[in-house]
Amino acid sequence: MRVFLKRRWANCPPYALALLLAASPVLAVQPDEMLADPALEARAREISRDIRCPVCQGETIDDSSAPISRDLRLIIRERLVAGDTDAEVVDYIVARYGEFVLYNPRATGLNLILWLAGPALLLAGVGVAVASQRRRIAPEAALTEAEEARLKEILKP
Amino acid sequence: MIVELGHFALILALMVALVQATLPLWGAHRGDVRLMALAGPAALAQAALVAFAFGVLTWAFVVSDFSLAVVYQNSHTAKPMLYKIAGTWGNHEGSLLLWVLILAVYGAAVALFGANLPTRLRARVLAVQAMIGVAFLAFLLLTSNPFWRLEVPPMNGRDLNPLLQDPGLAFHPPFLYLGYVGLSMAFSFAVAALIEGRVDAAWARWVRPWTLAAWIFLTIGIALGSWWAYYELGWGGFWFWDPVENASFMPWLLAAALLHSAIVVEKRESLKAWTILLAIMAFGFSLIGTFIVRSGVITSVHAFANDPERGVFILMILGVFTGGALVLFALRAGAMEAKGLFALVSRESALIANNILLSVAAFVVFIGTIWPLIAELFLGRSVSVGEPFFNAAFTPFMVALALILPPGAMLAWKRGSVGRSLRGLIPALVLALALAALAFAMQSGRTALGPVGVLLGVWVVAGAVTDLWSRTGRGAAGERLARLGRLPRADWGKAVAHGGMGITVFAVAAMLSWKVEDIRVVQIGESFPLGSYEVRLDEVSEVEGPNYFSTLGRMTVTRGGALVTVLTPEKRVYPVAAMPTTEAAIDYGFLRDLYLVLGDKQASGGWAVRSYIEPFANWLWAGCLLMAFGGLLSLSDRRYRVAAGARKLVGVPAE
Repeated sequence: MRVFLKRRWANCPPYALALLLAASPVLAVQPDEMLADPALEARAREISRDIRCPVCQGETIDDSSAPISRDLRLIIRERLVAGDTDAEVVDYIVARYGEFVLYNPRATGLNLILWLAGPALLLAGVGVAVASQRRRIAPEAALTEAEEARLKEILKP
Repeated sequence: MIVELGHFALILALMVALVQATLPLWGAHRGDVRLMALAGPAALAQAALVAFAFGVLTWAFVVSDFSLAVVYQNSHTAKPMLYKIAGTWGNHEGSLLLWVLILAVYGAAVALFGANLPTRLRARVLAVQAMIGVAFLAFLLLTSNPFWRLEVPPMNGRDLNPLLQDPGLAFHPPFLYLGYVGLSMAFSFAVAALIEGRVDAAWARWVRPWTLAAWIFLTIGIALGSWWAYYELGWGGFWFWDPVENASFMPWLLAAALLHSAIVVEKRESLKAWTILLAIMAFGFSLIGTFIVRSGVITSVHAFANDPERGVFILMILGVFTGGALVLFALRAGAMEAKGLFALVSRESALIANNILLSVAAFVVFIGTIWPLIAELFLGRSVSVGEPFFNAAFTPFMVALALILPPGAMLAWKRGSVGRSLRGLIPALVLALALAALAFAMQSGRTALGPVGVLLGVWVVAGAVTDLWSRTGRGAAGERLARLGRLPRADWGKAVAHGGMGITVFAVAAMLSWKVEDIRVVQIGESFPLGSYEVRLDEVSEVEGPNYFSTLGRMTVTRGGALVTVLTPEKRVYPVAAMPTTEAAIDYGFLRDLYLVLGDKQASGGWAVRSYIEPFANWLWAGCLLMAFGGLLSLSDRRYRVAAGARKLVGVPAE
C-alpha cells in the first residue's frame, strides 16, 4: 500500500501534500470561541443557528468552517458579553452584512407574501373544497314538490 | 470504438422516441390499429438502446477510459470499484443518462405489462412518455453529452468528490430518479386521459401502482440522502431545508397527495379533475426539482455541474410539458364530471383534507425555496430562507395532518360520523396523552416540541393499530386475531405506512428537542462526561487509506464503569480532489446514537472533540422504511397483481 501510494504521488510537487494537510477541516464552533457562561453560550448558539455564512454555499455560521463565520460567531459573543439582547445582536449583524445573512426572513414589506402564502392558499383550498362540496350536494338535497307528492304516493300503503 | 457505439445508440434512441411520440398518437386519433401497435415495440427498442448507452458509459468508468471527458473529470484509477461504478451517475451527464434510462424503462414496462390496457389509452400513454423522452434525449445530446472525447487523454482522472464516495450516496441518486421519473407515468396517464376525455375507476387503478412505486422510491431515496447527511457531514443534522433537498421533498408530498386522491377516483369515481391536476403538478415539481438542481440558479450545498445554458433548456422543457398539460387540462377538465356524491363528513372529505394539507405544505416548501430568486429578481432584495422559516411555516401543516389522520382514516365512505370513529380511538388518545405527559415530566424545562412529538407519534401509530383492528369486525378476540392475518394486503399497507409516518414524526421531534451536544478540547488520555456516559480519548494516529490520508482518533465510551464501545472518528484528506472530510464515529443504538467527531489539534496540545447523543435517530430511518414498506405491501395487493384495470370497476352507486 505504502509503495503504491508513493508511486502515485511521485509526480506531485512536494509542497502539494503539505498544503492539503494544512487545509484540513476546521470544525464549526471551536472550543476556544465558547463562552464560559453556559446561558450566554446557549443564546449565542441559538442566534448563530439562524445566521447564514455569507461566503458558503448555504450553511449557517454555526455549521460553517469558513473564517468569516468564525468572525461572526465571535462578534455575536462579544455583543452578548457587552449586554446586548438577542434582537440587538441580530440587528448589529444585519446592519453590517445585510438581510442576506438572515435565514429567518423578516416578515416585513413584500416578504409578507412569503409568510402569508401558505395560510392564504390553505384558506383558498378549504374554500374551494367546501364550495364544490355544496354545489355537488345541492341538487340532491331537496326534492321538488312534485317529487314529494310522488314519493308520498309511492309510500302510501 | 465501443464508446462511439454507445453514442450512436443514444442518437438512435432519440430517433425511435421521435417515432414513438408521434405515430401512435396519430394512430389513436385516426383509429389506425397498426400505427397504435407501433408504440409497444418502439418503447422496448428505445429502452434497449438507452440501456446499451448506459452500459457503455458504465464500462468506460470501470476500465477508467480517460479519453472520455466525463470519466476524466469524475474518476481515478485508485478509486474502489463500487465508486467507479457509482461514478457513472455521480456527475451531471451520467446522472441525466440514468434519468433518461429510467424514463425509457418505465415506458418499456407499460409496453410489457400493459397488454390489458385499452389500445387507444396505451398508445397515447406511450406517446406522451416518448415526448418526455425526446425532450431529455435532446437535452442530453445537445448540452450534456456524456460521450464527449478528449483530444489528448490524460494519464489519470480528477477523482469523484470524496463526499460522494460513500455507500449511502452511491444508491441515493438512482432511488431518487426512480421516484422522480416514476411520476412521469402518472403524468403520461393524466395527459392521455385528457386527450381521451375520460377518467374512470380503471384509469385510477392503473395510475395508482405507478404513483405508489414512484412514491416508494422517493421515500427510500430521500431517507438514504438524509441518513447520509446525518453520518457524513459531521454535525448530526438530518435535514437542512437545502434547495436540492426541497426539490426532492416537493414531489414526495404531491405524490403522497396523488396516492390518496387516486383512491377516491378508484373507489368512488370522484375528485377526477383534481387527481389529473395533481398528477400534472407532481411531475411538474419533479421537473422543477431537476431545474433547481441542474441550473444552479439557487445556491445550494449540492454544487453540481451548474450551467445557465442547461438551466434554460430545462426551463423550456418544464414550460412546454407543464404548461401544455395545464392548457389541455383547462380545455378538457369540464368533461371529467364526478359520479360519487359524498357528505361533508366522510372518508372522501378526509382525503380531500389530506390533499389540501399536503399540497399547501408542498407549496410552502416551493415558495420558501424560490423566494430568494423572486426577491432578487423583482424586489431587488437579497434574502435567504432557511430552517427557521420552514420550521415555522411548514410544521403546522404536518401537525394538522397527523392530528386528522387517525379519525379520517376510519371514517366511512360517503357519509361518516366523527363521533363513531373518535369513540374507537379513545384508547389511542388516552395512550398518546399519557405518554406525552410522561415525556413532559421527564424532560424538565425544555421545548414543548418533544412531548408534542410523542403525542402526535403515539396518536398516529395507535390510530393505525386501532384502524387495522377495527377491520377485523366483531367477535371474540381470538377470532378477530385470526382474521387479522387474512386482511387484504392493502389494509396492512395502509396501517404500516401510517404507523411509519407516526414514528417519523416522533423521531424528528425527538432528535430536534432532546439532542445532547458537547464541544471541548480533550488531552490524550483525558475523560469527559457526555449525558450518562464517560468518553475517553485514548490516542490519535495517522493512517493511509486506498485514496486518502486519515487522522484517526480512538475513543472509549463507558457507562457506570462498564465498557459501552470503542469508537474511531476520523478526519480524511483526499489529495486528488483536494478535499478534506470528517468521518464521524457512530455507535448506533435502539434508543440513542453516540456520535463522536474529531476536530483539529490545538496549540495547547489537546484535540477539539465534538460529541453528541442523538436520541431515537434510528427511529427516523425505520419510520421512513416502514412508510416505504407499507407502500410495497399495498403494491403487492391481489387487486393490482390480478388483471389491474382489466375490468371496469363499477363504484358503489350513490344513494
